[in-house]
Amino acid sequence: MNRQEKEQYLREYSLLKNQGKSFFPYAVIKDSFMAVLVMAVIIFMALLLGAELGPKADPTTTDFVPRPEWYFFFLFELLRVVKPPELVVMATVGIPTICMVLLILLPFIDRNPERNPLKRPIATLAGITTIGAMAYLTLLGALAGTPTVIELETKPQFEAGRDVAAQSGCLACHQIGENGNSGPGPNLTDIAERLPRQAIERTLLNPTSPMPSYQALKDEQPEKFDDLVGYLGSLRETE
Amino acid sequence: MKMLPPALRPRPKKPGIKPAKNGNGSGNGAAVDENGKKSKPPLKERAKPVVDGAAEAGVGTIGWVDERSGLTPFLRGFMYRKVPKGINWFQTLGAATMFAFAAQAVTGVFLAMYYDPNPTEAYESAARITNELFLGEFVRGMHRWGASVMIVLIFLHMGRTFFYGAYKYPRELNWIIGVVLLILTMVMGLTGYLLPFDQRSFWATEVAVALTGSGPMIGPYLGDFLRGGAEFGPATLTRFYALHMLLVPGLIAALIGAHLYLVVKLGITAPPWLKAEKRRELSEEEI
Repeated sequence: MNRQEKEQYLREYSLLKNQGKSFFPYAVIKDSFMAVLVMAVIIFMALLLGAELGPKADPTTTDFVPRPEWYFFFLFELLRVVKPPELVVMATVGIPTICMVLLILLPFIDRNPERNPLKRPIATLAGITTIGAMAYLTLLGALAGTPTVIELETKPQFEAGRDVAAQSGCLACHQIGENGNSGPGPNLTDIAERLPRQAIERTLLNPTSPMPSYQALKDEQPEKFDDLVGYLGSLRETE
Repeated sequence: MKMLPPALRPRPKKPGIKPAKNGNGSGNGAAVDENGKKSKPPLKERAKPVVDGAAEAGVGTIGWVDERSGLTPFLRGFMYRKVPKGINWFQTLGAATMFAFAAQAVTGVFLAMYYDPNPTEAYESAARITNELFLGEFVRGMHRWGASVMIVLIFLHMGRTFFYGAYKYPRELNWIIGVVLLILTMVMGLTGYLLPFDQRSFWATEVAVALTGSGPMIGPYLGDFLRGGAEFGPATLTRFYALHMLLVPGLIAALIGAHLYLVVKLGITAPPWLKAEKRRELSEEEI
């Protein structure tokens, strides 16, 4: 905005302001009504939904599928949408950071003096698209189940390991056969073709973030850990 | 000038001396003169106004504070400032967000009375709040769902600001403060999620911190800062507790103050499709 546009806006605004009403009580009464409404909604939700408390935090368990609060679903889903491993950092840190910077810089990016949403179609469209994308990702996150069953056929000696894998939350981030989510972790259906058994074990014990370490499982229940490694080491497409 | 009770009017500095008119515009020559006269007579007669003063102790206190702070003109300017015509319900979302924050602060204080940020006790104290305390689960529920309500409101408020073009001149700085407030509110959600210390909160936070740590450059340092070390340990919980209880809410409160100051200074946005009426039309309408 150049100086003339600025002055024009200030003039117009001061006219509108002079034609307005006093903050008290005309705006205060609306704000107070909203305050009562907000309070009513919070109380209603607290009574209806309560505050559940799950089992105590236990760093040694591996069968818990991490799930954020619903308002982080859109960030969480971003991880799943972005599949190539080299781009995961982009999804986890890059996109949120870029979005934050863009939001902060918005007044300097959009320098169009027009304010009416109908007369600045690009900004309005961008806003609607952003809201739509966030709503879509949140919905995907809400609908993404936490599967605990692997239907992929396996040899009898690996069935114990398959059950461990199914209950260990692998499916939250990995796909095995038809089950599980397709990200952020790689598809495990044919992992044994790409990684030898020792490498799988090393990854389980010392994974790259955000995957949790299975060191605790090895310490607490070594036979279950061995079953898990055995099962993952048997996963080949050709079987 | 009947706006102020006698207690709110400026008082003479010394008995019998006429004070100059005070800057707050409420100076009422007659009343001051009356006060001045009253302080002249001997003690016996002066006793009566003192009793009267005790009868209006509340007003007297306001007057005492006002005399020392000059708060009344400020408050009058704040409450009786004009808001542009045409403001609508969408423009109550900011106040609603602030109210949700206030509700979070109040329920949070009550939760803090019974919560123990020690990793061995955190879950037990959360369970005690939920299961044993009178109204414990209700207050925890209010805090938990109040967070969701606040997030929804702050996003709606931001959406309204965006579509009204209210981030444009002269309100750019207030938009930036608002974005920082949004980020801090999300940080509140993240840090508060760990505190009940159940499986849900533990694993979600583990992943969230690992994600933070995977970022380039400052990522690993930020991850270590949040965890209180290289590993998720006892220090993590107390660190999240301090962030959630002291640092972030303090920043939010301060920034809300700055946000409001700018709103009052620059004025509430008028809906962008409205044009000011010309003088003539206004006078017709008033008739």
